[in-house]
Amino acid sequence: MTLYHFIIDIFKQSLNMKSVALHNRLTTILLKNFTILLFFGFSISSFSQDVDEAKQREGRKLFKSLCASCHKLDKKLVGPALGGVEERRENAWLLAWIRNNAELRASGDQDAIAIYEEYNGSNMSAFPQLTDKNINDILYYTTVGEIKKEVVADSSTVAVGGSTSGGAPEWLIYILAAAIIVAFLMIASLLKQVNELKGNTKPDVKSNLKRDLQELWVGIKNNTFLKVTFTIFLLLVGAYVVFGTLFKVGVDEGYQPIQPILFSHKIHAGANKVDCQYCHSSAKHSKHSGIPPVNVCMNCHKNISEVAENTVVELEDGTVYGKEYLDNEIAKVYKAAGWDAENLEYTGDTKPIKWVRIHNLPDFVYFNHSQHVVAGNVACQKCHGPVTEMEEMYQYSELTMGWCINCHRETRVDLKGNEYYAKIHEQLAKKYGVEKVTAAQLGGLECGKCHY
Amino acid sequence: MASNKKYWKSVEELKDSSIVETLSKNEFVEEIPTDQFLGDKETLENSSTSRRDFLKYVGFTTAAASLAACEGPVVKSIPYVVQPNDVIPGVADWYATSIADGYDFANVLVKTREGRPIQIMPNKEANGTTSARVQAAVLSLYDEKLRLKNPSKSGEEISWADADKEIGVKLNELKEANKPVVLLTGTLASPSTQKIIEGFTEVYPNIKHVVYDAVSESGAADAFMAMYGKRALPNYHLDKAKTIVSFGADFLGDFHGGFEKQYIAGRNPNTGQMSYHVQFESNMSLTGANADKRVVVKPSDQVFALLNLYNAITGNNISSKATPVDAEVKKMAVELKKSGSKAVVLTGLNDKNAQLVALAINAALNSEIVDVNNTLNVRQGNDTEVAQLVSDMKSGKIAGVISYNVDPIYTLSNAEDFAAGLDKVSLKVALSTENSATVNAMDYALPTPHFLESWGDTQFDESTYGLMQPTIQPLFNTRQVQDVLLKWSGNSTKYYDYLKAFAATTILNESSWNKALHNGFFKREIVASNIKAEVSVANAAAALSSSAKKASGFELNLYTKTGLGDGKQANNPWLQEFPDPITRASWDNYLTISMADAKELGFSNPVKDNGAIDGDYAKVSVNGKEVVVPVMIQPGQAKGSLGLSLGYGKTFGLKEEMQVGVNAYPLYVNGNNIQYGVAIEKVSGNHKFACTQVQKTIAGRHDILKVASLKEYKTVEPKDHHHGWNKPAYVSYDHQEVEANTIDLWDEHNRDMGHHFNLSIDLTSCTGCGACVVACHAENNVPVVGKNEVRIGRDMHWLRIDRYYSSEVETREEAKELGLSRGETYRKLETEAENPEVTFQPMMCQHCNHAPCETVCPVAATTHGRQGQNQMTYNRCVGTRYCANNCPYRVRRFNWFKYSDNSEFDFNMNNEYGKMVLNPDVVVRSRGVMEKCSMCIQMTQATILKAKKEGRLVNTDEFETACSSACTTGAMVFGDVNNKKDKVAALAEDKRAYNVLDYLQTKPNVIYQVKIKNTNEA
Repeated sequence: MTLYHFIIDIFKQSLNMKSVALHNRLTTILLKNFTILLFFGFSISSFSQDVDEAKQREGRKLFKSLCASCHKLDKKLVGPALGGVEERRENAWLLAWIRNNAELRASGDQDAIAIYEEYNGSNMSAFPQLTDKNINDILYYTTVGEIKKEVVADSSTVAVGGSTSGGAPEWLIYILAAAIIVAFLMIASLLKQVNELKGNTKPDVKSNLKRDLQELWVGIKNNTFLKVTFTIFLLLVGAYVVFGTLFKVGVDEGYQPIQPILFSHKIHAGANKVDCQYCHSSAKHSKHSGIPPVNVCMNCHKNISEVAENTVVELEDGTVYGKEYLDNEIAKVYKAAGWDAENLEYTGDTKPIKWVRIHNLPDFVYFNHSQHVVAGNVACQKCHGPVTEMEEMYQYSELTMGWCINCHRETRVDLKGNEYYAKIHEQLAKKYGVEKVTAAQLGGLECGKCHY
Repeated sequence: MASNKKYWKSVEELKDSSIVETLSKNEFVEEIPTDQFLGDKETLENSSTSRRDFLKYVGFTTAAASLAACEGPVVKSIPYVVQPNDVIPGVADWYATSIADGYDFANVLVKTREGRPIQIMPNKEANGTTSARVQAAVLSLYDEKLRLKNPSKSGEEISWADADKEIGVKLNELKEANKPVVLLTGTLASPSTQKIIEGFTEVYPNIKHVVYDAVSESGAADAFMAMYGKRALPNYHLDKAKTIVSFGADFLGDFHGGFEKQYIAGRNPNTGQMSYHVQFESNMSLTGANADKRVVVKPSDQVFALLNLYNAITGNNISSKATPVDAEVKKMAVELKKSGSKAVVLTGLNDKNAQLVALAINAALNSEIVDVNNTLNVRQGNDTEVAQLVSDMKSGKIAGVISYNVDPIYTLSNAEDFAAGLDKVSLKVALSTENSATVNAMDYALPTPHFLESWGDTQFDESTYGLMQPTIQPLFNTRQVQDVLLKWSGNSTKYYDYLKAFAATTILNESSWNKALHNGFFKREIVASNIKAEVSVANAAAALSSSAKKASGFELNLYTKTGLGDGKQANNPWLQEFPDPITRASWDNYLTISMADAKELGFSNPVKDNGAIDGDYAKVSVNGKEVVVPVMIQPGQAKGSLGLSLGYGKTFGLKEEMQVGVNAYPLYVNGNNIQYGVAIEKVSGNHKFACTQVQKTIAGRHDILKVASLKEYKTVEPKDHHHGWNKPAYVSYDHQEVEANTIDLWDEHNRDMGHHFNLSIDLTSCTGCGACVVACHAENNVPVVGKNEVRIGRDMHWLRIDRYYSSEVETREEAKELGLSRGETYRKLETEAENPEVTFQPMMCQHCNHAPCETVCPVAATTHGRQGQNQMTYNRCVGTRYCANNCPYRVRRFNWFKYSDNSEFDFNMNNEYGKMVLNPDVVVRSRGVMEKCSMCIQMTQATILKAKKEGRLVNTDEFETACSSACTTGAMVFGDVNNKKDKVAALAEDKRAYNVLDYLQTKPNVIYQVKIKNTNEA
């Protein structure tokens, strides 16, 4: 961060640029570490003693992969809640049902038919591949449930850390500022000594600093060389600040508006490894990457109505949001989709989510996602940054023309398996002996390719 | 050969007026009106604002502006809740559908973006074509000013249910009382709707269906009925014709819906198969302008000429009269006979007898060109029934009128009778898409959807069954007329289900509905009918002859303009601003008059120093009805005849800016497009035309147009130094005459790699119809600037169609050789101008490889792309306008104002509905920048991207521009010359290919093909 960034930050804050508050990421990295420390400090884990952890782990794994899309332990989903199912049913019946429920029903088992009808005839898949041990592991898991990690400090919705401070300058600025101040103080003390030697001392009535500054000012005023130097210095700083400011107008690198739903890319794309294009599916077809419609959210969230026990989202300002808060955010998705989570049905009362757009290109520039994602094979992260680590999305790149052009100059076009590029490459190679082809060589610097 | 001709754009130019000379030198004729905002010197001096104050203000505003700019807006992105499967934001969906608004009929493809139709293109698979009006119809969809939004009763909003109930009760009352009710519609050309109407009239036997077309071709339909027992219009396969003789039939315009495509298909100089087309007409029509030979003859003489031709061909001796063009008629009789079954005669007179005579001539010729089986259903209006209806209404016989999308109060010549009659009607219901005077006069105004919001089917000719599907959710609280009628008939079926069932049972023969819907059409077998009634053509001819003999005074030929047609879309700014192909005037209709008559009566069209032209007013009276119209002198207008276009002067509900022109319908008595006994008188006043003909002149440059005869084309070497019809340009270099392409100011670049785009325009095939102009508007968000701005030469058309008149007369040099004085030469030219030849030339940015504009831009805002496109970067442009001054083609347009969100320009870009038509892939330009044709770089880029994404080469002929895809006749061909298989690659090398102003060596990427005319020489 350079000086003008610093000054701009102050500008921005004073102007309250973007009516949506900006979270300053850079300042909060330290705070984040502090928060993590706090957590480790307070959290003491204790485990129940009488649980066969290996068996539970095995069962949990199988449950998550095979059963979790329709069952939960404590809640009805597509199928019944399975917590304590071993207490309700015979083990043999359960084994038979899980392995092939249709067969069991066909054999005329009344219980089987009853439960089938209770759930409106939703078919449960057969699992002939499961051994008895597998099934018993799963059942063991349904009985013991999760191994609770008891956290002493209540992690939900506790804001940890101090209030967010304004823009903090980097070390360079401190050094520069310090150097300047030291230099001025030196000049000031020199001038003072000169004055004293001349016998011009005035009665010492004011505080030292104020007096020093005054003397400094008088000194500068009297000394032509200093006056000129000082003026040039001020002009340079002024020009630097003005140009820096003007060039940064409309550049919203780091823009991180508050969204209507606290959506964490870190949880979705990071922890759960959801492919970017699962949600942003039009990125491969269209110029827009597309903000996923609510029905895409519901593909998963129809079954995921709450986050796991210890999930937290911690923002860079140090605010930490826990389960209660996050479950409420999922509920917002339900509200938008018109999903009645109690009765598991769509009410038709929908309400679109009004996201705040982060990446805004001016109208006079044409950008096409599919060009970059499909034809160019560019990874999303190249422009959007470490999205998998972002709790709250922000604009990672400058999105200025210089930034685009640079990449077009440097990026080698992926020629493999693309007949279109192969032909151009062949022509270029024949005529100019070009080996590597950059986007720029294919006309990627021409004005009209993006401005029309 | 071309060089013997003098090309001119306006009559003024012939007179060598100094204004034209001045105009030719100035790109921007209008001075920047500095005094308008500075005021005069005196006020400036008296002003209390001192220089220091001024600087303070400037400083303050600059600071305020910069501060305001710091605040970035918060943009919301609102995704769908449930995204429709076929919608990907940012990707266009195309739907095949049909347009049938009662006047324009076409099988089209509609481009939609995020559920909004933004462009209409012809459905070429269905043999569909689009005109300027069809192209512009997409904007009429978003006409929030005129469209009806909710059902209303006497101005009060009412629910559909209440309207149904009240009207149902009333209908039943009238049925009980057996009082006649009339359902008045335009031509529907929809089999299922016809069936629904039949069902409706079965339930209410007191209801009669009357078809009323504002611009009628009732005569032709009646004549066909008399001869072939079916009320329809004959189809003409002009592509197979060898000789075409037309008596005032504007078949490239609106005659029978237009035959452009077929006509041009029959005129291919490369194959040598070129029809010989002679047009006898009084007005200068688009068809006449394209004819090989145009014979100027006033309407009554047209009738006699037609009869003389009939006599000459059939050997009959119907009483007729000698006309000044009899020699020509005789020649044509021989020609027609020679061509035999490949000859055809058409007439545009809306008169049953005249049409019968034409049919009889064709029958006598055994013409294969006339198709009596695959007939046209696009004009079904019945003038007799309409006249009967009005008189019945007036006498109080009619108890109810249900109108659907017709506006008789505007379009009937006896509108006051209709209005008076309407007062005596007890049930008055208007079903209408748009508000109109007629809707306003009715009790119930029930909104129906635009065709882009509707389901439906169409049957324009017998062989093509077309389907119509909605391309957008209904914008307003509308209900389709079919649904309304089904409901009132007590049928609870939804029209969509009805249509599906109807198509499945009667049309599709087990073929898939989905497939037909996807294609937008279904080809049907035509049942050939061999009915040919014996009609006494002799009687018809005699009646025709005697009616024409009554002709006296001036003869008025009412016509429809290419832009506005019957006036249905008068509130469409694209069409209003569309310059008429012949007169190049927009935003107006006018009385066209011959030069001789104008001189006699003292009319003139002075050119103003800003390139605008003015006109005098004339009072025209026909049968006691008078209108006052501005006069435009039209070269090629028959002496003693006048022309006036219908469709203008509509006022009810229109935006103020669109209320232009004069309503000529009051003169359109009995649907007769020819009115005899017209009196005209000069009245005071000065009319300001918005005419682009003198603007953007060519500065006296030559080698713009090249025209050759078919004979020359076949026999003469094109590059021959003396007689060649496509000679290369020669320039003087070191006092030597050398070929222009041997010297060059610029360095040559390698252009054989990647794509290199060329656009070829065949002047032989271009009819000047202007579909491309409107397509360009839609594709490129070209703003509409309004009448006043067009008048002073600030029109924004990226693509214009220049119309040149030419006369077969000596150049000045040759005149000198012949010893003609200057005055004599011009007099000679003026006489020639009585019937000039016309050539159309679409002109847009030529995308010069050596572009003069690029070198003068101080900020490098206009640069050259490797693919041949001259690129214009609006965000770089600072508006010096040097480029426009340096462009020899006059194709750059300066944005004088911000045309969007500006109440001064209250056109489509200024309201939220109209904005929906904007193409999201093209930026809406702001004030102070230059803009021009981009060769649809957004389309070429999209095509390239598609290929890249699919990892393949671009297919042959895959590249398109908006103009080339809209071109009905295939005159415009776009493509990549580096792909030798692309059509354009061969065209670029064709012997007819030339560049405009090739001696300048700008090396344009737009190629023109020499116009070949069939002069019918051996």
